[in-house]
Amino acid sequence: MAAPTTSPSLPPALADAVRDDASLRRFLHGLPGVDQVGVEQRAAGLGTRSIKKAAKLWAIDAAIGMVDLTTLEGADTPGKVRSLAAKARRPDPDNPDVPKVAAVCVYPDMVATAVGELRGTGIGVASVATAFPSGRSSLKVKLEDTAFAVEAGATEIDMVIDRGAFLSGRYGQVFDEIVQVKHACGDAHLKVILETGELATYDNVRRASWLALLAGGDFIKTSTGKVSPAATLPVTHVMLQAVRDWRTQTGQLRGVKPAGGIRSTKDAIKYLVAVHEVAGPEWLTAELFRFGASTLLNDLLMQRRTQLEGHYSGPDYVTVD
Amino acid sequence: MTMWEYAPAPESRDIANLKPTYRMFVDGQFVEGGGEPLKTVNPATEEVLAEVSTATAADVDRAVKAARRAYDRVWGRMPGAERAKYIFRIARLVQERARELAVLESLDNGKPIRESRDVDVPTAAAHFFYHAGWADKLGHAGLGPDPRPLGVAGQVIPWNFPLLMAAWKIAPALACGNTVVLKPAETTPLTALVLAEIIQQADLPPGVVNVLPGAGDVGAAVVSHPDVDKVAFTGSTDVGKTIQRQLAGTGRKLTLELGGKAANIVFDDAPLDQAVEGIVNGIFFNQGHVCCAGSRLLVQESVADELLEKLRVRVSALRVGDPLDKNTDVGAINSREQLVKIQELASSGEAEGAERWTSSCPLPDKGFFFAPTVFSNVSQAMRIAREEIFGPVLSVLTFRTPDEAVAKANNTPYGLSAGIWTEKGSRILWAAQKMRAGVVWANTFNRFDPTAPFGGYQESGFGREGGRTGLEAYLDV
Repeated sequence: MAAPTTSPSLPPALADAVRDDASLRRFLHGLPGVDQVGVEQRAAGLGTRSIKKAAKLWAIDAAIGMVDLTTLEGADTPGKVRSLAAKARRPDPDNPDVPKVAAVCVYPDMVATAVGELRGTGIGVASVATAFPSGRSSLKVKLEDTAFAVEAGATEIDMVIDRGAFLSGRYGQVFDEIVQVKHACGDAHLKVILETGELATYDNVRRASWLALLAGGDFIKTSTGKVSPAATLPVTHVMLQAVRDWRTQTGQLRGVKPAGGIRSTKDAIKYLVAVHEVAGPEWLTAELFRFGASTLLNDLLMQRRTQLEGHYSGPDYVTVD
Repeated sequence: MTMWEYAPAPESRDIANLKPTYRMFVDGQFVEGGGEPLKTVNPATEEVLAEVSTATAADVDRAVKAARRAYDRVWGRMPGAERAKYIFRIARLVQERARELAVLESLDNGKPIRESRDVDVPTAAAHFFYHAGWADKLGHAGLGPDPRPLGVAGQVIPWNFPLLMAAWKIAPALACGNTVVLKPAETTPLTALVLAEIIQQADLPPGVVNVLPGAGDVGAAVVSHPDVDKVAFTGSTDVGKTIQRQLAGTGRKLTLELGGKAANIVFDDAPLDQAVEGIVNGIFFNQGHVCCAGSRLLVQESVADELLEKLRVRVSALRVGDPLDKNTDVGAINSREQLVKIQELASSGEAEGAERWTSSCPLPDKGFFFAPTVFSNVSQAMRIAREEIFGPVLSVLTFRTPDEAVAKANNTPYGLSAGIWTEKGSRILWAAQKMRAGVVWANTFNRFDPTAPFGGYQESGFGREGGRTGLEAYLDV
């Protein structure tokens, strides 16, 4: 393993865990297991919380402020990114009190356009890098991809881990890649995409979460949105437990970002309930929790109007950008 | 950062169709009982919900006679397939009136609507469905080619799961061809009387099911009535012993389902987050008013601190309050008497040197509430490790080796249930075989299903309810 640039604030036990490949493996396999039936039951149970009235309005505004408004299509154009940026600045033109979204997320070649459009707004520019979405390229290409996005002005980098390396047990390699990408990020925040749909078990999700946290990821993120299943509630539960336990052991706060497949306000609120009750209320902020989504925002806006106006107006009253 | 307060989401109490008075159900009719009427109270507000007529010894006699008549003339000789139709009809009606029953149960008992809606009522319906399926297949249950019903069953049920226990008792009795005289608990008679309405609605022949509300004296009259062929009792160990003494030598069949002090054993390789969920579900489900509650946590020393820390964080997030609020996790203690008993036992824990931790959750000003409490540094000699508390109080003990865990788990006069938490399958099987408990859950707790037999060892009683085994208690085999 390359000399890791782990944070010196890691407690000795954790610093030992990343000393070499074997200790890393021992550490990750020594984490408590995840019981599938139990975690799915708990996720389903929390999903039945009834959130309404003032609590729902609060949740809707909080969720809007946590959205990473995303366009990741081969057909993306500067025009598309510009209109997305406009939407990010002012999600609901009729209601200026609607909060801004947290960030706009684009491919690296679109970063410059997004940065130009969002300068001075406080909205972040996130970019997927490291041979997104498969992660199948040389480390050199991945680092250059990252550097390209950062130089163009991205404030947040969403990297994908090498799932092939992870599944074949080459944890050291995955660790090194995250450490080096983190280094290439400079001041930009690093979100590590685990692509949980390809990790197959909750035990793997927990191990990958810890691996990303040990390597210095600022956020752990479920999915690229290109693989099904993408974000699910039980997977997010496991990741929220990981950041909660990380805080217990190190005192550091790291974030979680479910991405892909969260389309309705109802779903988003279920995630916020999980954040609130699994990780804790401190995580209910865009600094520590994000939604990766492209269509969720419109449903949030429609439901917000419904709450305030007392009736449902329909999709023609929100913009389609 | 702003705190996120969930808005109250109360279920409408109108759904319960609460009536000012309820009467006992004898021979197919709702009739006035001869006893002093009792007032049933909402434990969350201390307001009187309804007045309920109670039975006297004469009423008990009338009900038993009606049950005997129904048994001799109709029910006992009816083909199983016919009986099944009636029982299926009850099951469907319970489902149709599920919301009403859930709200009424939460009002009368104090349990959160989330539990009455998602557990009590659906499981009650499931018991009728399951046993309806057995009614015409008793000859294939492995209990002999032609098992016969026993006759009149006298049944006394507790206040912790009023509707579910009624279903649990009535469904197998009817499926096997017996008729029933049921006495619901004094503090929670309402859903059993609505179940009687359902039984009337299902057009069961008069006398097949009779429901007699009242206090312990009515229960005593039911179980000691000479014309009752089978007694089934769920409740406290003390009362169970009295009943056993009364019935000794009479040749009448008896099953007892009594108290418990279950051990929930967490080994160091357990899925800790799910173990925490299981521990919470084991002791705080239904405010801990569960005879098989996991009230003793036995945790391996090497993970004890980590687990306890996680447990405290989790328990702090439990929402205690209005049982009708859909977001409430822990509701009201069923009665003032029970609250005082819990308080007394919790104080004994402190006095005997255990370390008390209580959730800082806010409690309502009115009603009977007790904040979730965890005692650590508990030893086997303390009262809180030996006596059943029947409330939201967990005692935590530690162990170092698997043998020690099993020895401590079995070191109790009770033996109703146990939990084992480990990722190692062979250890689950090993520990489950060593455990002297009627139910052993592995990596889960408090799961109920009509197909699984339930019952105890030692002072937790004898006989099994549910499943194929449970039929035996209602059949002459």
